[in-house]
Amino acid sequence: MSKLIYLDNAATTKVKDEVLKEMLPYFTEEYGNPSAIYTFAQKTRKAVDTARSQVAELIGATPDEMYFTAGGSESDNWALKATADAYADKGKHIITSKIEHHAILHTCEYLEKKGFEVTYLDVDSEGKISLEELEKAIREDTILISIMAANNEIGTIEPLAEIGRIAHEHGVLFHTDAVQAYGHIPLNVDEMNIDMLSASGHKFGGPKGIGLMYIRKGVKIRSFIHGGAQERSRRAGTHNTTGIIGIGTAAKLAGQDLEKNKAKQEELRNHLIERVLAEIPYSRLNGHKEDRLPGNANFCFRFIEGESLLILLDQLGVCASSGSACTSGSLDPSHVLLAIGLPHEIAHGSLRLTLSEETTLEDIDFVVDELVKIVERLRKMSPLYEDFVNKEKSK
Amino acid sequence: MYSEKVMDHFNNPRNVGEIENASGVGTVGNAKCGDIMRIYLDVDENQIIQDVKFKTFGCGAAVATSSMATELVKGKSVNEALKVTNKAVMEALDGLPPIKVHCSLLAEEAIHAALWDYAEKNGIKIEGLEKPVNDIEEKIEDEDY
Repeated sequence: MSKLIYLDNAATTKVKDEVLKEMLPYFTEEYGNPSAIYTFAQKTRKAVDTARSQVAELIGATPDEMYFTAGGSESDNWALKATADAYADKGKHIITSKIEHHAILHTCEYLEKKGFEVTYLDVDSEGKISLEELEKAIREDTILISIMAANNEIGTIEPLAEIGRIAHEHGVLFHTDAVQAYGHIPLNVDEMNIDMLSASGHKFGGPKGIGLMYIRKGVKIRSFIHGGAQERSRRAGTHNTTGIIGIGTAAKLAGQDLEKNKAKQEELRNHLIERVLAEIPYSRLNGHKEDRLPGNANFCFRFIEGESLLILLDQLGVCASSGSACTSGSLDPSHVLLAIGLPHEIAHGSLRLTLSEETTLEDIDFVVDELVKIVERLRKMSPLYEDFVNKEKSK
Repeated sequence: MYSEKVMDHFNNPRNVGEIENASGVGTVGNAKCGDIMRIYLDVDENQIIQDVKFKTFGCGAAVATSSMATELVKGKSVNEALKVTNKAVMEALDGLPPIKVHCSLLAEEAIHAALWDYAEKNGIKIEGLEKPVNDIEEKIEDEDY
């Protein structure tokens, strides 16, 4: 196999060198429990405090509003279940969208079984929710609006500031799943009126198994993991010190280079999109053209199926992902691609390529060159393409 | 996830293509679930399958099972071809992941559909062959791309 070209950074990212370097001493040298009283543990405690400031700064929050969790899914579960629990007296209605991550959607389904009502907002063909629909969906008993900051598949960035303003005007809490956005695009909890925010370390150069939740001061949601007094008694469990230091350092680095990395990735990604759409017939870009994550490109190639595409790319050392049924483990293709209105057979032929700051122009050009050949090869084998060509001929 | 044989048949699929004026053509599956197989048969006057070709829209397993199925029926009589089961296709490929077993069923059905078409065109009855239920009509919507 040739050199590895990793274009699945929305799935996970490589831990940055500086992040690992900061983490390492806390495994074997500074291994004290930050909750302990003795001097030996004080350095660890300080490092945890520093990390808390670092993750807060990136979104304009204060350190005491930041809670460390085991990852994005835990944060999403916490936000939804604990809000439902705490505000059940006020109402039992939650608003979310059809394109959320399953950590939100499946938690909503769970809450529906517990007697809550959930409105799943539609999205337009580019994956954006409608602000009018959102406002119309708000009821007397609405307790929470949970809309993702940016979609993990098609990269569309939702209008957070406007959603926050609407939520605020109606006195409804606003949670955003920012797992794909945090560390990649500018976010500010005050400017965007965000009350709760979920993020995950491994999506922006930190380690796996560490996530965070921002909870605005005054939001009265309760503990999700009961036990010790860690995280102001809101999230029990001995601190994952190495993970916390890792996510903190990753947040610091992301903040330092945010605009630079964003611009660099956008340029490469636009080159990728332009080449693919120009060189591969019957291809389309999924998601919003401008309001999309800097490193995200998502395409559909008609008449072919995504898993075949992934296997052929894999054989060239290219890591990518698809929303086809075969990769989702069910018979249905991605719920996101269906929600933006794609027919099943087209949704099966999707390809997501997600860049990192290490991605080069050579990588992109190599992948497009190969993709042109792969798509052609699979179409030659496709009965759908055969029918299409015959139909065109008879026109 | 896939056996070496599956990967071999995916990478170097046997008998890809079309047969003009085929004795029988069968298409099964549907685009909704992401798998469509089409089998073309060239059957001689002694009811021997002289040639067989396929086209498949689907995952790695769908391509590999179609390829293997064409190999298994090539040179056989129509009655023998009818006895090529999905199990035989799977075994010949050294197995499939459980979630991909339906691909081998589709391959078996595609052969049956092509045999049915052959029988209908020639006004003959093949003992044990039932009308395929999975035959589909593709609807390709003309969308702006």
